Amino acid sequence: MSVENILWEKFNITGRDFKNAGSVSIKIKEILKQVGINSSIVRRVAIATYEAEMNVVMYANKGILNFSLSPEKIEINVEDEGPGIEDIELAMQEGYSTATEEMREMGFGAGMGLPNIKKNADEFEISSEVGKGTKVGIIINLKKET
Amino acid sequence: MEQYYHSIYFDEEKCNGRMRCMRVCPTQAIRIRNGKAKMIEERCIDCGECTTTCPQNAILPLTDSFSELSKFKYNIAIPSPALYAQFGREILPDKVLEGVRKIGFDEAYDVALACGSVSFAIQEYIRDYKGQKPLISNSCPVIVRLIQVKYPELIDLIIPIEPPREIAAREMKKGKSKKLGLKEEEIGAIYLTPCPAKMISIKQPAEGGKSHLDGAISIADVYAPLLSAMEGLNKREYKQSLENICIVGIAWSIAGGICRTLRLKNSLGVSGLSHVIKIFDDVVSGKLKNIDFVEAYACIEGCVGGSLTVENIYISYNKILKLIETLELRKNKACPDIREIRRLYKEDYFFIREKINPRPLKPLAENISDAIKKMKEKDEIYQSLPKIDCGVCGSPTCLAFAEDVVKGEAKISDCILISSEKFLKIKQVSRKGEN
Ligand code: SF4
Ligand code: SF4
Repeated sequence: MSVENILWEKFNITGRDFKNAGSVSIKIKEILKQVGINSSIVRRVAIATYEAEMNVVMYANKGILNFSLSPEKIEINVEDEGPGIEDIELAMQEGYSTATEEMREMGFGAGMGLPNIKKNADEFEISSEVGKGTKVGIIINLKKET
Repeated sequence: MEQYYHSIYFDEEKCNGRMRCMRVCPTQAIRIRNGKAKMIEERCIDCGECTTTCPQNAILPLTDSFSELSKFKYNIAIPSPALYAQFGREILPDKVLEGVRKIGFDEAYDVALACGSVSFAIQEYIRDYKGQKPLISNSCPVIVRLIQVKYPELIDLIIPIEPPREIAAREMKKGKSKKLGLKEEEIGAIYLTPCPAKMISIKQPAEGGKSHLDGAISIADVYAPLLSAMEGLNKREYKQSLENICIVGIAWSIAGGICRTLRLKNSLGVSGLSHVIKIFDDVVSGKLKNIDFVEAYACIEGCVGGSLTVENIYISYNKILKLIETLELRKNKACPDIREIRRLYKEDYFFIREKINPRPLKPLAENISDAIKKMKEKDEIYQSLPKIDCGVCGSPTCLAFAEDVVKGEAKISDCILISSEKFLKIKQVSRKGEN
C-alpha cells in the first residue's frame, strides 16, 4: 500500500483540561466527513475517540492520540502518562468506574469508557503499567467485512 | 447538482464585499469573489445570520408579500405564536387574531392550539421511543437543515411529527373546503413568520413531499398595518381573553417552552446556533446519553428572537413567560383534550410520512483514496499559509482557503501574504541580478 494513501495526525491531550475535552474527537469527525466516510462509521469513531480522550482528561497528566486513516481502516492509538490501570479486566466491566463523586455529578465517568470504546471498535487492544500510563489502540475497518 | 431553495438572496449591486457576512456564517457558506459575497448553495442552512449582520442591507430575506393573497379565493392566516409577543402586555392573542382578519385575511387561526396538540403528541412519542437518544425537535427549519448538512448521523433522532403550522394548515384546508364548497387549492394558508427560514420548509420541505402552507409573510411586514387595525377594536376583559389561550401551545415561541409546559424531566431547551452546535457535538460523541429530548432553536431565546420580528427579544420572551406564569396559576386553561390526542396519535394524524434525507457536504473526492490524498494536500497548503484568518483571499479562514484551493475554487496566489512574499522574493532576485 502506498504511503500517499495514508493520512496521519497527532493530537495532544492535556490531563484535567475539561474545557477542551472532546475537541480532538470533533476534529477527527471533521476529517472523516471531508474524506467521505459514511456517517454510521463517523459516529462510532466519534464515540470511541471521545471516550478515549475523556479517559486521558480525567485520569492522566497528558496523552497523545495518534490517528491514521487509509482506504482500508481507521486506526487510533492513545498513549497517556498517568496512574495506569491495576486490574484491566475489572476496568473493562460495564459500570466499573474510579471517577470521583464530582466527576460523576458532571456526567463524566459513569464507567462506560473502556467497554464503550471496545463496543464501537472492530479491534481493540489495551495495555497498562501502574504508575506509568495506559495504551489503548483501536481499529475500525472501512471495507465491508463479510 | 441538486437545486437548493434558499430563503435569502444577495443583492450584488448593494454588496461592497465587506466580509462581515463571511465571518458570521456558521457553516462557512460565504466567499467573497471579485469583491462580492457569494453563497455556496449546498452549505447554507438559511439561518439568516448574514442578513442581520450586513451593514449594506445587501442580503435580503425572501418572504412573500400581500399580493400572494390574490392567488386564492379564501385566505387563512396562521400566525406564529411569536406574533403574540410583539405587542404590549395587555394585547392578547384574540385581539391580534381579530386584527389579522382586518388587514386582509378571511380568517386567522390560532396555531397555539395545534402547538398544544403537537406537544402532547411529542410527549407520547418520547414515552414510547426505545431507540438512540436524545430525540430532537423539528419545528425550526434551520435546525433540520443543520442536521441534514452537518450532522447527518443524527438524522434518525429528529422527531417525525409534523410541526403545528403544517397540521394547522392541513386541517383548516380540509375543514374549510367542505364548509365553503371550495377546492383545497383555492384556499391559501399563509404563515405569518418570524424568520425567512420557514420559507424553505414551505418551498422545499426537508422530507420531500409538499407543504400544506402556501406562503409566508414576515411579521415585520404585517406589524404596522396590524398595529393600526387593532386600534379601533373593542377592548375585551383581560381575564376573559386569557381563557382562550392554550398554555402548552403559547410556549412554542420561546426556547425551552415545550419542555417547560410539558414538565419533561430529562430534556433540554437550547437556542442560538453556536450553542446548538455544541450540544449536537456532544450528542455525536455520546455524551448526552441521559437526555431524552432536545428542543433546539437557531435563534437566541427561540422564535421570539427571529430575524423578522420587531420587538426586542428579551421583552417578547418575557411577555410569553409572564403569560405562561399567569396561566399556570389559573385553573381553567384552554388545552387540547389528551384523550382525543391519544386517539389521533394512534390514527397517524401527527406523523410525517416521508423520511428526511441527509444532505452531507460533498467530500474532497469521490473515492476515499483520492480524498485522502487531497486531504494531505490541503494540510500541506494550510501549513504554508500565515494562519491569521484575515479573510482577504475571500475565504473565511486559512483552513477554508486551503480547502478551496484543493477543490480548485481558489488560487494560492489569492492569499495576499503569500503573494507579497513571492513578490519580495522576485524583487530580491531581480535586485541581485541588477548588482
Ligand atoms: S443564511 Fe446562514 S448559513 Fe446561509 S449564508 Fe447566511 S449566515 Fe450562512
Ligand atoms: S428559531 Fe424560530 S424564528 Fe429562528 S430560525 Fe428557527 S424557526 Fe425561525
